[in-house]
Amino acid sequence: MNSLTNRKKVLVSKQMNFWERIYLPAIINGLSITMKHFFKKRTTIYYPEEKRTFSENFRGLHSLKRDENGAERCTACGLCALSCPAEAITMTAAERKPGEEHLYREEKYASVYEINMLRCIFCGFCEEACPKAAIYLDGDIAKAGYIRDEFIFGKDKLTEPVIK
Amino acid sequence: MDIAFIIEKLILISAILGISLVIAMYTTLAERKFAGFFQDRVGPNRAGPWGLLQPLADGVKLFTKEEIIPTHANTFLFVLGPSLSMFTACITTAVIPWGQDLFLFGRQVSLQVADINVGVLYVFGVVSLGVYGVMIGGWASNNKFSLLAAVRSASQNISYEIAMGLSIIALLMMTGTLSLREISEQQSGMNWNIFYQPLGFLIFMICSFAETNRTPFDLPECETELVGGHHTEYSSMKLGFYLFAEYINMFVSSAIMASLYFGGYNYPFMHLISNPNVAALIGVAAFFTKILLFIFFFIWVRWTVPRFRYDQLMKLGWKVLIPLAIVNIALTGAGILIFGK
Repeated sequence: MNSLTNRKKVLVSKQMNFWERIYLPAIINGLSITMKHFFKKRTTIYYPEEKRTFSENFRGLHSLKRDENGAERCTACGLCALSCPAEAITMTAAERKPGEEHLYREEKYASVYEINMLRCIFCGFCEEACPKAAIYLDGDIAKAGYIRDEFIFGKDKLTEPVIK
Repeated sequence: MDIAFIIEKLILISAILGISLVIAMYTTLAERKFAGFFQDRVGPNRAGPWGLLQPLADGVKLFTKEEIIPTHANTFLFVLGPSLSMFTACITTAVIPWGQDLFLFGRQVSLQVADINVGVLYVFGVVSLGVYGVMIGGWASNNKFSLLAAVRSASQNISYEIAMGLSIIALLMMTGTLSLREISEQQSGMNWNIFYQPLGFLIFMICSFAETNRTPFDLPECETELVGGHHTEYSSMKLGFYLFAEYINMFVSSAIMASLYFGGYNYPFMHLISNPNVAALIGVAAFFTKILLFIFFFIWVRWTVPRFRYDQLMKLGWKVLIPLAIVNIALTGAGILIFGK
């Protein structure tokens, strides 16, 4: 029967001849292969100094976005927390006081917004769930830390800096 | 015996010990660096420029690690094992001729600690002592993996010592002496023994790979089968001693291969240099170049050839190398008879 892919290899277990049995030619061949690699270009990327470019849809650390006037977009609806499969997001809602219009876009805002980066699986569901386009996973790789508290990111770390 | 002689020997001994330790230290770095190069990586590069301080960092780490002696281990033997390994690794350097005589302060200074007339035999004796370090350590650990490694190591060393000795006999038939200095002197210029004894050298080299427990013969510390082999139970600097002894052994066996087969401190056109001191120093440099090339070869082979299976190792030792070595003796004898050497 003809093979469908033509990639079939028929194995024959034939007796090795003398040159194959003394191994030395094979070893010398192997040594020359490794020597070729010795002078090849290294594929290493020196990570902290040098970074690989991320793909378009890379999901890194979250950032809470601001609108064109620099006001926070988040309205503390809680859809992100609801959609989160790892239950990493918690928030406390608060009402906007008069005179705070330049800080918060809607009448309701998140006074506390925390993401536990140890729980987060960077699935991007929060980004998809957000009706206000307030959260995006467009940041860097999550940093390492020594204590667990370092991994609970509050608004101080998440909110985008104001563009002057 | 005058004071100057003692001072001269003391300086020589400390210099040789220091050099062999430093070379062993940097061989660990070279091994990791070259391993990286062979695998398209860069190797350690964080400690100091190009990772040059890495051996120091490793040393500090090993010294400051917790020292664990298992409850069921025999404490005395447990400590004796690595010490013996290190000791036997270091004392072989005593008979290696590092260069021709220097003429300093009106004295003729020999660059060899002891020119004993049984140099080759001394090397063999010490090398076969080396297996005791592994055996005692493996036995004292009271651990079945360590014990298995010790048994393997002992049988491996014994098997390969025979072939090694036989390959040397062919060389000794040619040189007619056991003194390493005289063997080196006979190879002046490019009259190296490798051109007369290629098969003997091949056997000797394979056996020294086995004696130093280097890949492809690193069965005693075969981590896929025996956890860590004879140093499974060792920690801190005692582990460091075992690992370090391996690198010193590598250095020493490179030196012996270089002096027996590759002309030692001899280099082409050496008789053209009139100043004996300059000639001797270039000779030392040539010798160390040869040693470093051999060390590089050790590393190169380690990252190329996979480890032998145990039965293959024994088969190679007893059924291939020993008959080959005997054939080599016969060939050498015939050659001496016909060409008269």
